[in-house]
Amino acid sequence: MLTANPQLTPDKRLRHLLTTEGLPKAIIENILDTADQFVSVGNREVKKVPLLRGKSVFNLFFENSTRTRTTFEIAAKRLSADVINLNINASSTSKGESLVDTIDNLIAMDADMFVVRHAQSGAAHLIAKHVNAVRPNVAVINAGDGRHAHPTQGLLDMYAIRHYKKSFHNLSVAIVGDILHSRVARSGIHALTTLGCPDVRVIGPKTLIPTECERMGVSVHHDMMRGIEGCDVVMMLRLQNERMEGPLLPSAQEFFKSYGLTAEKLARAKPDAIVMHPGPMNRGVEIESTIADGRQAVILPQVTFGIAVRMAVMSMVGAGRGESA
Amino acid sequence: MQLDAEQLITVLAEKIGSTTPDIGVVGIHTGGVWVADKLAAKIGATRVGRVAVTLHRDDYATRGLHPQKNKTEFGFDVNGQHILLVDDVLQSGRTIRAALNELFDFGRPASVRFAVLVDRGGRELPVHADYTAITMPLAGSQKLELTNTGGALRFEILEG
Repeated sequence: MLTANPQLTPDKRLRHLLTTEGLPKAIIENILDTADQFVSVGNREVKKVPLLRGKSVFNLFFENSTRTRTTFEIAAKRLSADVINLNINASSTSKGESLVDTIDNLIAMDADMFVVRHAQSGAAHLIAKHVNAVRPNVAVINAGDGRHAHPTQGLLDMYAIRHYKKSFHNLSVAIVGDILHSRVARSGIHALTTLGCPDVRVIGPKTLIPTECERMGVSVHHDMMRGIEGCDVVMMLRLQNERMEGPLLPSAQEFFKSYGLTAEKLARAKPDAIVMHPGPMNRGVEIESTIADGRQAVILPQVTFGIAVRMAVMSMVGAGRGESA
Repeated sequence: MQLDAEQLITVLAEKIGSTTPDIGVVGIHTGGVWVADKLAAKIGATRVGRVAVTLHRDDYATRGLHPQKNKTEFGFDVNGQHILLVDDVLQSGRTIRAALNELFDFGRPASVRFAVLVDRGGRELPVHADYTAITMPLAGSQKLELTNTGGALRFEILEG
């Protein structure tokens, strides 16, 4: 890359988390190892550790998301932070305040960390660049920006894969569905390639696979029966009706027939293949209900791991900016 | 310079003497765990646990999170348990403070005592050991490191 990565400090520590693209392997592994320690915090008598005690975390959701906001909120609270939830679409922006003005106001309220969800690609990046200039100790975590990135989802998917498959070195991973609109797919692909996964396949209709895919080092399949053959991990994506402009698809039923995960299609994958989905699921559109609830599905563990991974990221970007360890 | 840690463990076990067999011997990662495992065998304790202090360290604000794969694990319920906390070296006392906080996140023990192989002085908190194998004041610049070579424990003293 030509410009310095704004999410890293000059000594290559995590400063913000904006995207998994270009995130060094050592940092990704460090996040996953740190998350490992946090998984068990949920089982303690005291489900809290004091790392972010006295810090204020602002959840800035310019776009709705119950699950992501809730898991970030739980993660911050388990780290003992104070959490302030703001649904901005219902607030200042409707009064004409600019994004940067909103951020400056929240910084004036002594915010320590922003968790940002925005429909516009690059929003978290813009905020991070702004805080780097005005308040170098404030951290920004991207909780999903447009079609661009959803790094904590990508990382929690990596955590789940590592948990069940132990290593990435001999894995075949199939990502199925609406790749075009999916920041989850992008974040997953970047993380998988960095972690050394040799075989990443994207499967979907031509209209929902972006042209950049092959440049990202993945193979493209339009026939799901063939694409899923022998893979270890099947990552299903949500069909994002709300992001579709124009008729990219004939109908949900048609989509299910070709790209919905059914028992018949899953039988082509390895017998011990795991089935993942970032949620929320459209049962009967991307995934058959019995598969979603079946023995190969790890969809609910993904949610639990998501809290630990978000705790790991928050505790890494929220750490002091003193001398390096 | 080197110190025979194995011999120090024997000394420590003798000082502890007879204890109830249901005492929980809890080592502090990493060196304390090595010591605790051997010490438990010598004093005939079967309940062994380990604590990682990363999440309660007090230098997080300045130095950040220490990446650690080690986790806190107990093979028993902490509530109502008599516990012997074990570490290799006692210096500032900050690790013990963090270990106690970590321990109490899992429940309320009946009692906690602390055993250490080397007390090197330099306390920064009101902490003391109940059992010490050897007291050996060292300068702040000197490093005292416990090494584990195929299960054999040895202290190395490195001049700073």
